[in-house]
Amino acid sequence: MADLSINLAGIKSPNPFWVASAPPSNTAYQCHRAFEAGWGGVVWKTIGDPIVNVSSRYSAHNVGGIRMVGFNNIELISDRSVETNFKEIAECKKRWPDRAVVASLMTDTREHWHDMMKRSRDAGADGVELNFGCPHGMCERGMGSAVGQNPDVIETIVGWVMEAAEIPVIVKLTPNITSVAHAARAAKKGGANAISLINTINSITQVNLDTMCPEPYVAGRSTHGGYCGPAVKPIALNMVHEVANDPEIGLPISGIGGISTWKDAAEFIALGATGVQVCTAIMHYGFRIVEDMLEGLNDFLDAKGLASVRDLQGRAVRSVDKWETLDLNYKRIASIDYDKCIGCNLCYIACEDGAHQAIALVKPNGRGLGPGRLPGKPIPEIKEDHCVGCNLCSIVCPVDDCIKMVDVKTGKKPMSWRDYQAALAAGTMEPIPPHP
Amino acid sequence: MKLKPILSAKQAAANMAEIEPRYSPQEALVEAERCLYCFDAPCIMACPTGIDIPAFIKKIAHGNLTGAARTILQANPLGASCARVCPTSALCEGACVMLDRDEKPIKIGRLQRYATDHVFENNIAVLKPAAQKIGKSVAVIGGGPAGLGCAAELAQLGYDVTIFEKEQQAGGLNTYGIAYYKLRPEDSLAEVELVKSLGVKIRTGAEVGRRIKVADLEKKFDAIFVGVGLGRTYRLNIPGEDLPEVFEALDFIRLIHTLPLHKVPVGRRVAVIGCGNTAIDAVTQAKRLGAEEAVIVYRRGEKDMPAYPYEYEIAKADGCGFMFHTAPVEVLAEKGRVTGLKLARTRFNAQGKLETVKGSEFIEPFDMVIKALGQEPQTAMLKKLFPKLKLAKDGTVVRDPASGQTSLKHVFVGGDCANGGREVVNAVGEGKKAARGIHRWLTGERVAGPIQTTRLGVAGPPFGSGLDHPVRVPELEAEYYKR
Repeated sequence: MADLSINLAGIKSPNPFWVASAPPSNTAYQCHRAFEAGWGGVVWKTIGDPIVNVSSRYSAHNVGGIRMVGFNNIELISDRSVETNFKEIAECKKRWPDRAVVASLMTDTREHWHDMMKRSRDAGADGVELNFGCPHGMCERGMGSAVGQNPDVIETIVGWVMEAAEIPVIVKLTPNITSVAHAARAAKKGGANAISLINTINSITQVNLDTMCPEPYVAGRSTHGGYCGPAVKPIALNMVHEVANDPEIGLPISGIGGISTWKDAAEFIALGATGVQVCTAIMHYGFRIVEDMLEGLNDFLDAKGLASVRDLQGRAVRSVDKWETLDLNYKRIASIDYDKCIGCNLCYIACEDGAHQAIALVKPNGRGLGPGRLPGKPIPEIKEDHCVGCNLCSIVCPVDDCIKMVDVKTGKKPMSWRDYQAALAAGTMEPIPPHP
Repeated sequence: MKLKPILSAKQAAANMAEIEPRYSPQEALVEAERCLYCFDAPCIMACPTGIDIPAFIKKIAHGNLTGAARTILQANPLGASCARVCPTSALCEGACVMLDRDEKPIKIGRLQRYATDHVFENNIAVLKPAAQKIGKSVAVIGGGPAGLGCAAELAQLGYDVTIFEKEQQAGGLNTYGIAYYKLRPEDSLAEVELVKSLGVKIRTGAEVGRRIKVADLEKKFDAIFVGVGLGRTYRLNIPGEDLPEVFEALDFIRLIHTLPLHKVPVGRRVAVIGCGNTAIDAVTQAKRLGAEEAVIVYRRGEKDMPAYPYEYEIAKADGCGFMFHTAPVEVLAEKGRVTGLKLARTRFNAQGKLETVKGSEFIEPFDMVIKALGQEPQTAMLKKLFPKLKLAKDGTVVRDPASGQTSLKHVFVGGDCANGGREVVNAVGEGKKAARGIHRWLTGERVAGPIQTTRLGVAGPPFGSGLDHPVRVPELEAEYYKR
């Protein structure tokens, strides 16, 4: 059994899976259910001056019959009173002392922030998360992403908060910004203890072509909402890495964005996150999904011989770097396993129309003549001298491991763009001729 | 005993309900999304009418049902009936690459039905008459699938086309001769209306060779297409064959299509002689109309039957009986009414020839006997209409398979009378090929757009357009490569 416990800037939890600040963490009832299911922590639905919500609130981006590949919402922060929220946090913490209960906060003035920090501590919260991310509604009132989009304001507000902080402070950042590292650096300067990211992305998921109004539909109108779900994972991973890899930041990270499985979580942790937060997958399937997450992560760590989540943390951070550091002399090309090929020829048309015209359709000559092959139908053949190793064919191929990308020995020493530019400047090599 | 209907209208309708009802929108979407959208898809090659199957399935997945139906019907104006009656497992679905991934092939037939139902039910015209007439005319003899396929293609090319149909309704076997639980006559007649909407004139009750003479057609029309199908069922040549309760399978099925279901007379104990697909249609429908026993009597073994495996499964699921290696010797009767069959056992001898086992005769009681031994070619009729037309030994009309052109240059042919008896979709494909053959012969122009080739112009294998073999036979593939 691997040790799944984490310690995020002093906030301890028995496992890295937290319920993100969102509809699933709206009430003590839900948090009890989450903890019963096995979640390691809960970040409470953002507490602030109670708001009034609209009906309806959610919309989805479905792809090829798969529901909720992406998801958005126009719901605001908690619509319950500050008192009720802190009372329930206290109840919850009392009942689940070993789990992390984090109060998500959003307010405006210095005094209000100080007040909220005190109430959070008094309620027994293990920490707070400052919501500088909500991209809808609250930002129009100068809060949420309106804060997160302005590093100076981030630094100022975090500074106010830290004046009254007796428990760890996580700053939740918005992705709706040119470089999230600037925002994270500002949080660091303000004294934050940890960063969580990403909050949701500005979005419109779909337009109803009959009503000419997007969803979620509110009396004939709509608004842009916060986008989340599996579709945002690549964006979130990139931003997590950006923060993790920035020497000026150096804060623990709580990773958020499209995490649905233990594998997603492991990837976030490998790219530098200490733990992760999950919402959309819970909204889709309920708290029960954590059982597989715990089991899967534990089995993965065991299989890799890693004793704890901490041993996994950051393992992939150094493998990602600027483009200019990549080896220009590395070469890989596609290789088709004709025993597996089913003859769809999707690789051919993808390469022909979408990439580098490096696949020919040729007479089978005995290759790929499986039971399913229609005779005379041409088979794809890699033009090895044209293949740039782009991966596209192996990506579109509907059969696992049918098209493999194989390394080719070039006999050349590794050379990055930096090295290349240096060599050109020194006159030690000729320019590489342009692709014909 | 005189045969009577057995079931009430309600029971009969329930038993004859469609075996594969239309997909719900969600079922269609889920199935359509499974399609990989192959480039160069083998299903297209395996379709005798060359429907761009991945294209229409993608359109269903994208909610473009009208476009999906347009893709289907442009390639095959009888796409709605083919969706219901095609032996897809031996054609498009049998060629699906999913089989190679050890998955079920895409349910192409059911998706095709889903798309075509949309345009037929909503009266959306996806095929349009030609914008310009080319001033030439063609007579089509026979309004079955081949004739309709030919006429639709010609009409879209700008020809004036008149179909001469001897029955009261066009559509051929689609209207009169396919199991009711697979294809309804009204669906066939909707397709006839589609062909009419292209400007094709259909004269029903108009048998060529009686008041309408071929010589008149030759004077009035620039070319003639012959799609007369096959004739009567082969005879058993046993005593008692002409008793009133001995039916030809197609006559029995025709009753089902022309009478209300609860008015169709059927026996309590029904024997169907033969084990092809029509025999299956007959035995299952007899059972579904209330027969206590409906039994196939077949002189060869289970593995020899010409019926498709999925047809066999339908009959077994319906509770039909099978007497293999059994041949009829005599139809027995009392007071002029059928009471049973005298049967004999058969076996293959050492030379592999089928022989009757001496002394093995036995009697089984039946009150209805249905013959389903395949249909004879219409040799006499063809000779009467076109005395100089060259016929092959098997009675089929000799023709250039690419164009349908016969030994008489102005006469083109397609469908069962040319191929000896295949599927509806083969007839449509041959009708379409013949239409292009006629166009080329009359104008010298080639019609752009392939029938049954890949996007790269690779022609389908010879057996892709036929049903002599399932698509996937390794020996055949090897043979194909040798050529």
